[in-house]
Amino acid sequence: MTMTVHVDIVSAEKEIFSGLAEMLFAPAELGEVGISPRHAPFITKLNPGEVRVKVSDKEQYPFFISGGILEVQPHLVTVLADTAIRAKDIDEAAAMEAKARAEEALADRSGKIDYESAHAQLLQAIMQLRTLDRLRKRGE
Amino acid sequence: MAVGKEIRTKIASIKNTQKITRAMEMVAASKMRKTKDRMQATRPYAKKMAQIIKHLAQANPEYKHPFLVKRDVKRVGLIVVSSDRGLCGGLNSNLFRKSLGLLTQWQQDGVEVDVCTIGTKAASFFSGLKHAKLVGQAGKLGDAPHLSDIIGIIKIMLDAFAENRIDELHVISNEFVNTMTQRPTAEKLLPVAADEIAGELGGHWDYLYEPDAKEVLDHLLTRYIEAIVYQGLVENNACEQAARMVAMKGASDNAGKLIKELQLVYNKARQAAITQEISEIVAGAAAV
Repeated sequence: MTMTVHVDIVSAEKEIFSGLAEMLFAPAELGEVGISPRHAPFITKLNPGEVRVKVSDKEQYPFFISGGILEVQPHLVTVLADTAIRAKDIDEAAAMEAKARAEEALADRSGKIDYESAHAQLLQAIMQLRTLDRLRKRGE
Repeated sequence: MAVGKEIRTKIASIKNTQKITRAMEMVAASKMRKTKDRMQATRPYAKKMAQIIKHLAQANPEYKHPFLVKRDVKRVGLIVVSSDRGLCGGLNSNLFRKSLGLLTQWQQDGVEVDVCTIGTKAASFFSGLKHAKLVGQAGKLGDAPHLSDIIGIIKIMLDAFAENRIDELHVISNEFVNTMTQRPTAEKLLPVAADEIAGELGGHWDYLYEPDAKEVLDHLLTRYIEAIVYQGLVENNACEQAARMVAMKGASDNAGKLIKELQLVYNKARQAAITQEISEIVAGAAAV
């Protein structure tokens, strides 16, 4: 049986990969590195590029990252990616980003509306009270 | 009939207040869901980061980065994460009480304090304090804060630490336990605590650094501080919405109770007036 090492890839937004792998390839700052199980403790900055996780000969997962940090312990490899997206989704990346921005804008606006509507309700309530007061004074 | 006019006015005004608190409760509930998702999404990154730093603290590096070295404490830096808006129950006051406890302790030890605040509530609280110097603040970050919003504050503190102006850096923020419970927590960020138990490797070992230890550690430690403070900020946001939801629910319920009581008083007064009028008429008729 081949040796495996636990690999964790996380980005600031979410956990991207977690599991056992035979090997991990990453674009370190001084050149591409391949990490096998029981590698010596190692820490490096990563360049933008492709991180490849080889789970078995048949199974490989490519991820695109735009920089980050790689930490290696003998039984644990951690990639802290600045932004990691599944490489096959890379064409969609720009679209997703644009969509996220639009959603953010919408979320922001709805927040404002809620606050404003509450404020408007308050004003309306005050106005109603005043009118009622005036009507009552006239009535008596 | 002018019975209980004041009571009627009061009931109407309480009803209006209740409408507002109910609206705020619902807004807070929907915002809480979003901020909670955001908090959970960034948690793994902060956790992994903390784990790496823990490994690092256990290593025996040839190069001692200043952020890893303990020094005598004469002055500490404190980053306080609070909310921007009020009406969220005891959330901020609990946080401030906790920070006051820390401040008093430091004061007794003769340690001076520099404070950076995130959120306008903390800014106004700490600007009124004598034994803490406010050196930086950020506020009005909204529900979806960006890392870039807090980089300025972190830079102030990291520079101060690198230039020996502060000897420790702490962060204090609310931890989201669940919707009903938010716990103010203080955490020491710098120097990175090296007194943890030895890791799986134990003994003497060190990382291989690429390109070199100083550059990698500079980068990593800055990222670490940023990640932890950002996590604190995102978590505090979720806490704020949860606390506001609970506080507003309480307010709506109280308003309901108040209205019920006032309605009862009003009905009684009205009934009394009618009874009195009738008895007057009856007495008048009997006299004739």
